[in-house]
Amino acid sequence: MSHKQEPIKGTQGDVTTADNAKSWFYTDVVKDHFFNPRNFMHADAHEEDFNAIGKVGSPACGDELRVWMKVDPETERITEFRWKTFGCGSAIASTSMASEMVTENGGMTLDEARALKPQDIMERLGGLPQRKFHCSVLCDKALRDAINDYYRRIEQFDKIIVEASRIIDPVSKVTDKDIEEAVLEGAHTLELVQQKTKVGIGNPGCLPAVEEIIRFYKEKYFG
Amino acid sequence: MKREVYLDHAATTPLHPAVREVMLPYLGEKFGNPSSFHSIGKIVKDDVDTARARIAEILHARPDEILFTSGGTESDNLAILGYARKNQQEGKHLITTTIEHHAVLEAMIHLEKKEGFEVTYLEPDREGLISVDQVEKVLREDTILVSIMYANNEIGTIMPIADMGNMIQKWRDEHKRPFLKFHTDACQTPEYLDLDVEKLHVDMLTLNGSKMYGPKGMGLLYLKRGIKLQPLQFGGSQERALRPGTEHVAGIMGMAKSLELAQANREEESVRLAKLRDAFIEGIQSRISKTRLNGHPTKRLPNNVNISIMDIEGEAMILYLDAEGVYASTGSACTSASLDPSHVILALGLPYEVAHGSIRFSLGASTTEEDLAYVLEVLPPLVEKLRSISPVRVDEKYFV
Repeated sequence: MSHKQEPIKGTQGDVTTADNAKSWFYTDVVKDHFFNPRNFMHADAHEEDFNAIGKVGSPACGDELRVWMKVDPETERITEFRWKTFGCGSAIASTSMASEMVTENGGMTLDEARALKPQDIMERLGGLPQRKFHCSVLCDKALRDAINDYYRRIEQFDKIIVEASRIIDPVSKVTDKDIEEAVLEGAHTLELVQQKTKVGIGNPGCLPAVEEIIRFYKEKYFG
Repeated sequence: MKREVYLDHAATTPLHPAVREVMLPYLGEKFGNPSSFHSIGKIVKDDVDTARARIAEILHARPDEILFTSGGTESDNLAILGYARKNQQEGKHLITTTIEHHAVLEAMIHLEKKEGFEVTYLEPDREGLISVDQVEKVLREDTILVSIMYANNEIGTIMPIADMGNMIQKWRDEHKRPFLKFHTDACQTPEYLDLDVEKLHVDMLTLNGSKMYGPKGMGLLYLKRGIKLQPLQFGGSQERALRPGTEHVAGIMGMAKSLELAQANREEESVRLAKLRDAFIEGIQSRISKTRLNGHPTKRLPNNVNISIMDIEGEAMILYLDAEGVYASTGSACTSASLDPSHVILALGLPYEVAHGSIRFSLGASTTEEDLAYVLEVLPPLVEKLRSISPVRVDEKYFV
């Protein structure tokens, strides 16, 4: 799967850290979106002009993402998608890319947007360093949150999809499903699961529950 | 051409040309092994001895008290693991702080979790200082080692090491606990502070070549005569068998030269950089709203500027600065590959969002007023750009 590949090396000035260059470089596409973010919410924009809002994360985990969406009520296509994020380079680039993907070619329908996966965003970015996978998960979640908000506002409650999973950490909005995925991807300790999902980093109270779930899935799949 | 401004000297420094010069013969014709009995080896052994003696002289130590290692991490590990393991029959209590370098912290955590030691982690005040009283209060009959850094690598706070050392010495005499020892990691200090081990009253002191315009992969541990360590590696009898292995001769020669240069110029350079530092801090705070200087305003390394810029995330800022040719870091280079915010900024009692927004500029020998003026010119628009895409507004109680 694309998100597990080594990121493609860019052609100029790769961004690396001092101690572990290979885990860090960003592709040219990532850098382009990072340095020239598309569709972010301008200071003079009005919230009332949008008919759906989504929010996920908290600055405590180093990432907070808010999205504002305009949906055409006739076609249910996303005509505008704006965002703000307190996040690293990958978070900015992922959200910028997602905002292009859902609005290009006349915009995705809400159903199409729901079918969008974090992996799709990663693929368009040409890969992200593995430890930054959660950034694309974050914008996927904000998008889903906004879609639910749209249906809530037009009172089509049956269309709201509450993921068949339980939120374990209300701060990072990490669910038991996220933890299951992390375990499947090889994160078998609390530390590794936190690296992938950031669960409990801003909310340590949930950690005993998280450890319980990790143990459960570890035994289920690898036991 | 784009201007390039390197402001990450706390991570590493370039090799001083004069240091490179003294190293070159040992990468060429002077290739002998100091342990060999023939002339080729003897020449090199004499040079290593001279370098060791020179270093000892600078530190006010004896040549046999200088152990060469592979760097700051190894010296810290050797001091802490080596001393604790060898002397555990005298007590199993260790004292350190929550803002040490990971080379100290992880060694302490290891001893605590795996080898049955008890560790007291002292918490700094809001400005990153640990007081002598704080240390004295937690000393116990079974305390065998106190390890506190001379100056913090992230926020530049200078600890009262000489006073702590003095107090520990007195406590040791009064309580008749000769096995109580004091180690300090001084990696960040040779360019600016006094390294006289007698004045500092330290029993062990760590230095690192790559932070003082010397070679990378080169460090030393000052180990006071009479202190017993359990080595971390085994082999020949080099470095009194406490750190066996053929000497990194070029590194040793370079280390001696770099330490000599650093200590010779330290007073002048401290004055020059402190002036630049203070003007730079002032410049940032007058041009950018909502910032917070992390660390102590005056008890601070002259080359350290650590500032939290609210509402934005440090890594994004570093990458934007990188594109402008300005090389700074978030926290320490050692932590920037992990997602967690700096343990040092968090230890100051600041929330995650403030820690996430911290940037460290560390000045050095090449830093000029023009360099900093350039940073002051490019930084504000970058902050503005990142703030415009950030939804976070940090509570003002953390920056006023």
